[in-house]
Amino acid sequence: MRNIFIEIKNSVIATIVFAIILCGIYPLIVYGAGQLFFPNKANGSLIEGKDRRLVGSELLGQTFSRDKYFHPRPSAAGAGYDAANSSGTNLGPTSKKLMDSVKAAVEQYRKENNLTADVLVPADAVTSSGSGLDPHISVKNAELQVPRVAKTRGLSEDNVRDLVKQNTDGPQFGILGDPGVNVLKLNLALDGER
Amino acid sequence: MTANGWIQFALYVAALLLVTKPLGLYLLRVLDARGKTFLDPIMRPIERLTYKLLCVDPEEEQDWKRYTAAMLIFSFVTMLFTYAILRLQDVLWLNPQKMAAVSEHLSFNTAASFTTNTNWQSYVGESTMSYLSQMVGLASHNFLSAAVGISIAAALVRGIARHSSKTIGNFWVDLTRVTYYLLLPICSIYAVVLVSQGMIQNFKPYDTVSLTEPFTTQVPKVDDKGNPVLDPAGKPVMEDKKIDTQTIAQGPMASQIAIKMLGTNGGGYANANAAHPYENPTPLSNFLQMLSIFAIPSALTYYLGRMVKNQGHGWAVWSAMFVVFLTGVLVSWHYEAAGNPMMHQLGVDPASGNMEGKEVRFGIFNSALFATITTDASCGAVNSMHDSFTPLGGLVPLLNIELGEVIFGGVGAGLYGMLVFVVLAVFIAGLMVGRTPEFLGKKIEPYDVKMASFVILVLGFSILGFSAWACMNKWGAPDAMGALTDGTNNSGPHGFSEILYAYSSCTGNNGSAFAGIGANTPWYNATLGLATLFGRFAMIVPILALAGSLARKKRVASSAGTFPVSGPLFTTLLVGTVLLVGALTFFPALSLGPIIEHFMMHAGNQF
Repeated sequence: MRNIFIEIKNSVIATIVFAIILCGIYPLIVYGAGQLFFPNKANGSLIEGKDRRLVGSELLGQTFSRDKYFHPRPSAAGAGYDAANSSGTNLGPTSKKLMDSVKAAVEQYRKENNLTADVLVPADAVTSSGSGLDPHISVKNAELQVPRVAKTRGLSEDNVRDLVKQNTDGPQFGILGDPGVNVLKLNLALDGER
Repeated sequence: MTANGWIQFALYVAALLLVTKPLGLYLLRVLDARGKTFLDPIMRPIERLTYKLLCVDPEEEQDWKRYTAAMLIFSFVTMLFTYAILRLQDVLWLNPQKMAAVSEHLSFNTAASFTTNTNWQSYVGESTMSYLSQMVGLASHNFLSAAVGISIAAALVRGIARHSSKTIGNFWVDLTRVTYYLLLPICSIYAVVLVSQGMIQNFKPYDTVSLTEPFTTQVPKVDDKGNPVLDPAGKPVMEDKKIDTQTIAQGPMASQIAIKMLGTNGGGYANANAAHPYENPTPLSNFLQMLSIFAIPSALTYYLGRMVKNQGHGWAVWSAMFVVFLTGVLVSWHYEAAGNPMMHQLGVDPASGNMEGKEVRFGIFNSALFATITTDASCGAVNSMHDSFTPLGGLVPLLNIELGEVIFGGVGAGLYGMLVFVVLAVFIAGLMVGRTPEFLGKKIEPYDVKMASFVILVLGFSILGFSAWACMNKWGAPDAMGALTDGTNNSGPHGFSEILYAYSSCTGNNGSAFAGIGANTPWYNATLGLATLFGRFAMIVPILALAGSLARKKRVASSAGTFPVSGPLFTTLLVGTVLLVGALTFFPALSLGPIIEHFMMHAGNQF
């Protein structure tokens, strides 16, 4: 019995000691180093617009639906790209709800971009990401949207393609991950916001 | 299955092999009370001070019963500590978002889940937990439950390596040294590297940014008291709401994520876990996170080899793990790349694979690889939603968990789980040749096999028992006539898979989910919380008993009839044992879930 009390006492002391070091000192060290070396990133990679208002984060997608903008992937985060409520649809491969939404999205995508019914739609354009905040679309998806955006804005397709290229990330080091076009950065560039 | 994917896979395996030996050698020093490390000048004084506060003599070892008692009591106290913080977060500090206190059942579930290294999350982190809850209540367990796991693996390995010994080490010394010399130093550097990739680490309130294109959405109308307004049919009345800003969750994420991955905890800061762009900003952060899951478990096999003075045995265990790992990656990758035939019929490009629930920056390969790694180990972090995987692509993570997470496995938990299978494999080999089984110079006797079998039975009992109960009672699945619609996000076989995955994940202390399941109900929180406790402690106690029994045994000289525990034959037998036990236990349940769903998907059935 005495041993048990010793262990209880040890457990309480250990919990306190470790909490101070692991939950107090350690995060503060990381906080200090992060704020010192990578302040912009540690604070969320936020983007300032021309008038110095915050307009978004480089890492988080936003909802766009007008013809003059590139459109992001569908999102299941809150009402769409809710960055305080990240989520996927969590619909399974035999879900009727999922198939209905994909069907509607495929039709809409073809209509928006003036595509014929034999053009295959890139999967990322009609499916939701895991986070609901995916900042990227695939290169193929962006390419299919170029004519629409160029026409709406009265720009040449090559001009728009250049901007797409400038806002394409990865693969990192030429090898890691898949390439993706950052939709928010691209649309801000089109608007001349950055 | 692209060339680029193969190259990335080769890179991953190379990196894993590269860290195994140096980290294994370092573990030898960390797990020896008198071991010297290059961190001694910094950490030694803190270590001594800790022992002084605890009145622990680091030279004094414990027998298995005392070791177990210390471990159990410590775990219980830390669980209570977290429960208290969650219940009181509304009146404690560091709560700029004014989060309310967490409910009783959710607090129990969360405290149990984090204490057991499971990190199952029934809640949405960014809208439930205060910074204090995340940083202290939850992050402390990320370190401590991982350190407990490694300590127990070390105790078991000591039991195997020693002979005629009563003791298996000192719990407090193991716990302290693993935390101070292994986890804390690696995490301090790793977390800053993650920040360099874009992971956040701050204490500011959530940011609000102006949207370039505001939009309107439909939300339920609420009256003055905040209750939803219902129409005569009882449905909520909807009203338009203009959304012109984006609220961005912030907080001390990087410090928590580093240990979440290295300690194979897996509990996300954000709801979307490692799919969230802040929680896994780039392919490099993704690569490092995957590497950090397997680093310590892989190194522990090297530690095992050194400790039992048979490096061949360490590598044989490593190889067995690698074979199953490789198989899982290839199967999951293949089916995710092949995609969903029903979507292809709708006009979706078959070349792009199954992108539902996946992030563009990771793509198919890195999503399938991450899913396999996180469930081979008991990590449970996810960079894509397993619920939306194709049936067989999603079978891999589910089966990985049900095999006992012994494929590299959780930190410590993977090794001690695999060693149970080693004991069984040796026992089976002994039966086949009709000799008393021997393992590294020790006779394996009925007591040892009983303890090993108990561990295996707990897994099947808890997973299948709870799943069956959830399907049959009115709380788990309110429509008892087989339509698993309430509580689960999907119906048909996939709804059953969600339930089976939930109990597998909790019993296996994994923490990943087929996340559509709405598990934040009193019944699910209670049963899933119990499953995490069973899965952890009902396994650890017999394992420590096994360690105690093995340590006591006398060494017998090996003879021509001794079954060698290194080389391809042993590796094959070990893989066979793991797969056979897993398949026999779980095949019937799996055939009702993912396997039948695979055929139904190809037949075009929708639910």
